[in-house]
Amino acid sequence: MLYNEPSELEVKVLTRRFGLENSQSLDTYLATEGYEGFRKAMEMSPEEIIEEVKASNLRGRGGAGFPTGMKWGFVPRDSDKPKYIVVNADEGEPGTCKDRVLMENDPHQLLEGMAIAALAVGARRGYIYIRGEYRYLIEIMDRAIEEQYRKGYLGKNILGSGLDFDVSTHTGAGSYECGEESALLESLEGKRGQPRIRPPFPAVSGAFQCPTVLNNVETFCNVPAIFRMGARAYAELGTPRNGGTRLFCLSGHINKPGVYELPMGFNLLRMIEEVGGGVRGGKKLKAVIPGGSSCPVLKAEECDVAMDFDSVAKAGSMLGSGGVVVMDETTDIVKVALRLMAFYAHESCGWCVPCREGTLWLKKLLARVDAGEGKPSDIDLIGELAENMLGHTFCPLGDAAAMPTISYVKKFREEFEERLRKASEAAESDLVVL
Amino acid sequence: MADLVTLTIDGKTVKAPAGTLVINAAKSAGIDIPAFCYYDGLALQAACRMCLVEVEGVPKLMASCTLPVREGMVVHTESPKVVASRKAMLEFLLTNHPLDCPVCDKGGECELQDAVFRYGAGEGRFTEIKHHVEEKQFSPVVFYDAPRCILCYRCVRICDEGLGVKALGVIQRGAVSEIAPNSGDHLECDECGACIDICPVGALTSGIYRYHTRPWEMKHVGTICTHCGDGCKTTLGVRENEIIRGNNRDRSGINGEFLCIKGRYAFDFVSHGDRLRKPLVKRNGKLVEATWKEALETVAGRFRELKERGARIGVVGSNRTTNEENYVLQRFAREALGTPHIDHHRTADILSFLAAVGGRTELLGRTEDVYTAKALLIAGVDLAQQHPLLAFQARANWRHHGAKAFVVAPGPVREEQYAARVVRAKLGEEPAAAESLGEELKKCEDLLVLFGGSVRGEALRRLVAFGDGLGIPVKYICLADYANSRGAADMGLLPGFLPGYQPAPERGMGLAEMLEGGRLEALWVVGANPLRRRKLNSNAFVVVQDLFLTETAQLADVVLPAASAYEKTGTVTNTCGEVQRLSRALTVMGPKPDLEIFALLAAEMGVDLGPLDAKSVWAEIRGNVPGYQVAEPVLMTGGAAPTSPPKVDGVTEEDAALVEPSGDTLFTSGSVSRYSKILNVIREAPGGLFQEKRTKLT
Repeated sequence: MLYNEPSELEVKVLTRRFGLENSQSLDTYLATEGYEGFRKAMEMSPEEIIEEVKASNLRGRGGAGFPTGMKWGFVPRDSDKPKYIVVNADEGEPGTCKDRVLMENDPHQLLEGMAIAALAVGARRGYIYIRGEYRYLIEIMDRAIEEQYRKGYLGKNILGSGLDFDVSTHTGAGSYECGEESALLESLEGKRGQPRIRPPFPAVSGAFQCPTVLNNVETFCNVPAIFRMGARAYAELGTPRNGGTRLFCLSGHINKPGVYELPMGFNLLRMIEEVGGGVRGGKKLKAVIPGGSSCPVLKAEECDVAMDFDSVAKAGSMLGSGGVVVMDETTDIVKVALRLMAFYAHESCGWCVPCREGTLWLKKLLARVDAGEGKPSDIDLIGELAENMLGHTFCPLGDAAAMPTISYVKKFREEFEERLRKASEAAESDLVVL
Repeated sequence: MADLVTLTIDGKTVKAPAGTLVINAAKSAGIDIPAFCYYDGLALQAACRMCLVEVEGVPKLMASCTLPVREGMVVHTESPKVVASRKAMLEFLLTNHPLDCPVCDKGGECELQDAVFRYGAGEGRFTEIKHHVEEKQFSPVVFYDAPRCILCYRCVRICDEGLGVKALGVIQRGAVSEIAPNSGDHLECDECGACIDICPVGALTSGIYRYHTRPWEMKHVGTICTHCGDGCKTTLGVRENEIIRGNNRDRSGINGEFLCIKGRYAFDFVSHGDRLRKPLVKRNGKLVEATWKEALETVAGRFRELKERGARIGVVGSNRTTNEENYVLQRFAREALGTPHIDHHRTADILSFLAAVGGRTELLGRTEDVYTAKALLIAGVDLAQQHPLLAFQARANWRHHGAKAFVVAPGPVREEQYAARVVRAKLGEEPAAAESLGEELKKCEDLLVLFGGSVRGEALRRLVAFGDGLGIPVKYICLADYANSRGAADMGLLPGFLPGYQPAPERGMGLAEMLEGGRLEALWVVGANPLRRRKLNSNAFVVVQDLFLTETAQLADVVLPAASAYEKTGTVTNTCGEVQRLSRALTVMGPKPDLEIFALLAAEMGVDLGPLDAKSVWAEIRGNVPGYQVAEPVLMTGGAAPTSPPKVDGVTEEDAALVEPSGDTLFTSGSVSRYSKILNVIREAPGGLFQEKRTKLT
């Protein structure tokens, strides 16, 4: 089902089947150019497939924005080990809800993307790692997989391509950390969801220590379109080095929250105003988290930015997972910082010291400041502790907790100070000094 | 040697083989990079973030414990940025760590304390409430105090990788993560205490040691464990003449830091309430306390009288007493008592083994070979239970060098977790099973064969002949139980052999014949309990030297209380034929070392056996016993010096028949183990040998 009305400004590439009757069925998929991309790809050599993906300027939609074609190119195809295709459907980044609609409304698009990746690297086995909370999606994907097997789109010699490809879903157990690729692989192997030492990267040694292509749901969903449209046409939808469209998840204080497919480089302010219908209740915009909770916040005056990886990075934040969280003038930034830190403290896997201890300390510290029991030195301490975590942790989760915190303190310091002033006023003695 | 890579660390030019980790390259140059989770020989973690260093050209600090050296790399390990990050990591670690150092067992030898002293801040900025959970007891020996835990996972790794036991894991997530037994609320493990020993802080503490002392109040005495035949060095912590702990934290000796439950805890028998403190003499059919003078006069008087009338005297020695004691005992028997009837409990067929080797000392495997051999054939022995050090080394060899292990056993053993091939064979039928592996073994570069006491006589000769015919370099280790089994044989506690396996002029009776033949007029038992297994079919005058009133001692006419291995000096020879020196940890009132008892008896009888102190006797052994011309400096520095036993001739089938494997498990050690509290409170005792059920195959 769809959760929001589509916007006229959308460019529907990945979401083109959303709203069609029986969009989950393979028949609908095939009736709407399904598997055309695969049919083209199966005529190409693996090198040509990878070159095509490279030419599309597709960048990873999970958050880091790494060029997908390059990632596929790292897989040693001459290795005699089996190769794996793994889909990261552990969508857990606060503010992000795009993978679920992709799997819910068009499961076969994901499977086609995986099959093309399998052609590119010579994989015969794929896994879709779906977070446990997405129970209903696991059922949808399982049904889609079953239908594909029945109709010869999975299994032996798919569409006469010579490709044998098996896919199954794997259920996550509720850890945010398992969205980190190496922790996901540990979890997939049945181990504790903790990140691995890298290098080696999954492309060389991933699932079961074998070469593995591991991408986000949305990344794979882009692949059929690249082959259907041609890399060039696809790339031209976006900006230079940022090919294609992107699913943005608008949430927060906005009139029309929802998931919208827009070209890469779409202006953020315009997105809020024209796509999202503006700030709720006619209030003033205060700040925006542009790409999920792990990204540094942008103040209202910083929001005139093109939403592609490079432009947002230039603005001091990240495009991340496309979770755009809009905050109006009534937003209490101290509470925002606290709420997010509580999330990271809860989700830190505990593997490394700075993340494990830093997130808990920051949570306690922010809670005290929020409760009006802060000391003036606390504000600097919050920033310093976050700085001490930044770049020192084992995996990006620690950075993801530290970066936004630093931005809140830096950009909204006066709000923290205000909270302390109120605290000290409240603590003033009522006694009259004689 | 691999290609050398040149890099610069703190301005020093350092050369290290390609693949070396920066933390180790630094160490080789004398630069110490602090780390909690990094541990030599265990899997890499990069979790504690203490070893972060600055690498020129890399924007982020890098974990030196997972970073291989690169040509031209420039590393800074003490730059302001690095030092600041270490300070920050320690500040994070101390947030939930209780500052109970004044009562913590680890206080004074704590790696966290040391690191904070070196890099930490003088003041704390953490003013929130600490996360606290109650302490837990995992087993009689393992306690866990979660708040002190810094989650370095060393314990999890040593248990999994080092021992193959996998008893520990991690539960929960984030700052509330805890180490926990994988079997729920209690450990099902070897209770070896390696997890406690390896813990850098006071999170895992020992039920034996905790809250007993401060580390600096102890004197640390490095000596050799008295239990199995592996001969581990154990460093006893002694305070006020009481042994409080055993460990080997300085990693010296053949075992490095490895110790099993017996080496680490089972010294407690020395203070057992049943310990004999005074001599006992039988009066009116009952053993009553007597003075040393009375007891010695009684024994000397009877011995003199018996000797004069040429009575049959049997002497049974021990496989725990020192070489010096064994050497003097056989001299006493042969020279002062004039009897050829001398033997000891043989737990392995060392005689047939040395006969089969025939003086080719290059065929004798050493402890270190278990870690370096390219292939291992483990036959007729439950290594993890009977020879825990060798099992640990064999596993480490597989983990670190990819050694191929071949197992021949009558039932499941832990070595099967990593064995290339496993063949089931009844005890005594190992050679045929080994022969079935011939084609595979021939392909190995070299081979070390470890075999237990069931391989004896003809079977042993066949196994060695098989190994000799493989066409590759093969070494052997004949596995015997107890600290000085090998020394007992080497020192001639045998009816047919003098020290150094020189043929005895007259072959005496073996142990079985002595006891069961019914013709003895006197029996002198030193540090053994032969009447536990056999009956004495004669009315002999019985003298027993022991620590406890064993089955044998109960039948004695005179019992002389003896000192334990921890209460005397001397040397012992382990199952691999390596000599090591004991250091005295305790002085005891009442009991005397067996050597001293021999000297007093000799004096009382008026026989001159020369100076009978450990040092003089050792000099005599070095001078007289073939194969014992070992390197003195090695011994003096606490090392293990290999002996080179000569060719042995004249071994009979009776010798092989006298071999009786001890059957001890990880939690037993002959009669002595009955008096060890710790060995008797372990619930998880696995039962018999070759019945490993607890650990699943990986």
